[in-house]
Amino acid sequence: MEHYNMNLTLKIWRQKNSKTAGTLETYNVKDISSEMSFLEMFDVLNEQLIVTGDDPIAFDHDCREGICGQCSMHIDGRAHGPWTNNTTCQLHMRAFKDGDTIVVEPWRSKAFPVIKDLVVDRGAFDRIMQAGGFVSVNTGNAVDANSIPIDKKDADNSFMAASCIGCGACVATCVNSSAMLFVSAKVSQLALLPQGAPERESRVLNMVAQMDKEGFGNCTNTYACEAECPKGISVSNIARMNREYLSAGLSTES
Amino acid sequence: MALDAKIPQGKMEEKWSDYKGHVKLVNPSNKRKIEVIVVGTGLAGASAAASLGEMGYKVKAFCFQDSPRRAHSIAAQGGINAAKNYQNDGDSVFRLFYDTVKGGDYRAREANVHRLAEVSNAIIDQCVAQGVPFAREYGGLLSNRSFGGTQVQRTFYAAGQTGQQLLLGAYSALERQIALGNVEMFARHEMLDVVMVDDKARGIIARNLVSGELERHFGHAVLLCTGGYGNVFYLSTNAMGSNVTAAWKAHKKGAFFGNPCFTQIHPTCIPVSGDYQSKLTLMSESLRNDGRIWVPKKQNDTRKAIDIAEEERDYYLERRYPAFGNLVPRDVASRAAKERCDAGYGVGTTKMAVFLDFADAIKRYGKIEAGKSGNSTASEAEIIALGKKVIEEKYGNLFEMYEKITGENPYEMPMRIYPAVHYTMGGLWVDYELQTTVKGLYALGEANFSDHGANRLGASALMQGLADGYFVIPYTLGNYLADEIRTAAIPTDHPAFVETEKAVSDRINTLMNIKGKQTVESFHKRLGLIMWDKCGMARNEQGLKEAIVEIQALKKEFWSDVRIPGEIDNMNPELDKAGRVADFIELGELMCKDALVRNESCGGHFREESQTEEGEAKRDDENFSFVSAWEYKGESNWELVKEELNFEVVKPTQRSYK
Repeated sequence: MEHYNMNLTLKIWRQKNSKTAGTLETYNVKDISSEMSFLEMFDVLNEQLIVTGDDPIAFDHDCREGICGQCSMHIDGRAHGPWTNNTTCQLHMRAFKDGDTIVVEPWRSKAFPVIKDLVVDRGAFDRIMQAGGFVSVNTGNAVDANSIPIDKKDADNSFMAASCIGCGACVATCVNSSAMLFVSAKVSQLALLPQGAPERESRVLNMVAQMDKEGFGNCTNTYACEAECPKGISVSNIARMNREYLSAGLSTES
Repeated sequence: MALDAKIPQGKMEEKWSDYKGHVKLVNPSNKRKIEVIVVGTGLAGASAAASLGEMGYKVKAFCFQDSPRRAHSIAAQGGINAAKNYQNDGDSVFRLFYDTVKGGDYRAREANVHRLAEVSNAIIDQCVAQGVPFAREYGGLLSNRSFGGTQVQRTFYAAGQTGQQLLLGAYSALERQIALGNVEMFARHEMLDVVMVDDKARGIIARNLVSGELERHFGHAVLLCTGGYGNVFYLSTNAMGSNVTAAWKAHKKGAFFGNPCFTQIHPTCIPVSGDYQSKLTLMSESLRNDGRIWVPKKQNDTRKAIDIAEEERDYYLERRYPAFGNLVPRDVASRAAKERCDAGYGVGTTKMAVFLDFADAIKRYGKIEAGKSGNSTASEAEIIALGKKVIEEKYGNLFEMYEKITGENPYEMPMRIYPAVHYTMGGLWVDYELQTTVKGLYALGEANFSDHGANRLGASALMQGLADGYFVIPYTLGNYLADEIRTAAIPTDHPAFVETEKAVSDRINTLMNIKGKQTVESFHKRLGLIMWDKCGMARNEQGLKEAIVEIQALKKEFWSDVRIPGEIDNMNPELDKAGRVADFIELGELMCKDALVRNESCGGHFREESQTEEGEAKRDDENFSFVSAWEYKGESNWELVKEELNFEVVKPTQRSYK
């Protein structure tokens, strides 16, 4: 692969903490290699800032291989930047060219308050999981794994829904800050499996109730979430969740 | 202090069931009064916290990430072993036990490994019951594949995301216990010390990474499930935040450190591309099921892979190890790659890489698929297209990841790979009950040293993490806590808490007040270089001695010239990192010391002074059949205590994969 170096202008959201207001600050970086990852470019910038006595930019990241879901930057108006099916940490600088100006903001959603700079609080996702994103099976209760045969198609679809990394790009990109894609991925994973059947109704009702309580918006079928999801989670999961919700609502006594 | 591994008496295959039958229990009403601290929420921590919560203990769980779901277990790709023998290929608990002891080059404790093999099947059952979507065959039953160092198919998997699916399973169990009020979760918290009261671990000091505040937390017992320390090398496949701090603080409070020099260098990772590199990415070992590893037969061959004819290629693993071929254990495969590159046969711009080629597998699968659909006249192009689909289903996410990082399409050209630091077999020394040498302080998963000897086999880390958390600690912890039912919760204004918090606070202030010139990152990089050059894939006496001197000098420089920006009482990732790097520097010295003392080669530990004529690792059972357990005695001062290894069942022989 041909590689090249570039000079860039960065406009980055700076915010001291959740109580203060933030603003976009401008920075310049030089001789950035096209083979670097986007976060390595941030490392270079932060090293510069430390040496000049400035506060480095706080951003969330951990595995840097696209699976932990911790990185979360809104780059040039897109969650996780210009590449599709991609996380911020897997974005590489060959996506940009010399002289570019790049705008970097945190996830924007009322339900994800900013903690500092580009770091937001996604605790709402954990609380939605607590409301029902599990099968109630204590350790030691399980039957032999192969005594539950599962149609390969269902197993594969369940796996695809389960590949959600909980990064929140779906919320960040949605005009309504809806969390439907995230919630429906977990509801679908378990609705497609026999193990999920006993709690099927309570799960969807409780998870949706918690989602509403956390302040996420409604879904208006723009499909932006699917387009920006780094793991390609399909909006068909939202349709499945709506069916699950309706059916649970009809059959549950109030 | 002498070590007692507390291995139960009796026959190997009866030890664990006998132990469980006689272990002390804590009754349900007493469990409600007992508090347990779990640090780390990867496979070991999440499964332990969830299981203990289910049992009725009051659990407090801590992780430094923003959610327990992000622990680095999530990045494990290839799979998890179990002795189910679903493939009817001759697997059994004994064989899994045997393969693991042999794969570890006879430096693991037999009784622990046997227990691991025994509980392996229950792990798969538990995960399936939670809704973990493992790969399945068309009949609806679970699918398996092979991993290195074995000749059976015992690895369960979920595409290349097995760790993710297992962790999300354990995480969902944990979240359920949080909702039920049995577990209290502290995310974005880092443990910075163990609190000792009357020679027992009774709590921790943790720093809230958002506010910077120090917090005191009491527990009747403390479980460290904090993973490995591969980041001591700066570049590794670990997550950026993975660190040794919790284990190191425990070490300084009296927990012995076991086999610190035993490091796993994984053979198939994406090579380093430049100085800015912040981490390395693994390409799962499962790829070696289908990929063939080769280099050109000619030195310094700069042609593209596609231009190098079949007869000009050296499939060196198949040549050297015909019985296991590309599926030799990781340590063997890594050294073989290094040998070829050092000898001038490497490929790519840096020449520090070998090819991992799928062209044959694509054709082979394509033919099978064409046959299935009755298309006996399929063209070469059709066969390749069909084969690519099969490869995509098996390894699609890995191929995609490779392309994103390198900009090259591995369906069209072979991957370039090179070994990288991946896992640490060493860790806190624990007895059969997973208790460290500090009473009430336990270590689970990668954080302990116990099951993998000098080399871990693929797909065994996930197995061990979940074994420890789901099926071992729920029994062994009760044996300790049964005697603690009369211990009331110790208030955190107890002098031990106050003093420990003050020591932590003093250290943070010292770090912040150095106000030097060099960044934390620059120190970490320098440490990594020393470790990789002198305590990496090959080690020798002279290099290790030099490394110790260099690390001591680096430590002095760090404590006099590090520059940490920002404030103590605010989110400050540089400060977090500074504390971790300071601990890595001290650990690095101990690793070199351990590698120096162990003047033999075994598993991933290769001492150049100890090799066979063919360049294979040469063990010295007469002098080194022991676990090195190091006791901290003060700055740069450790005492070696040996736990002799007695092999009752598997008789050590020279490992051969030929």
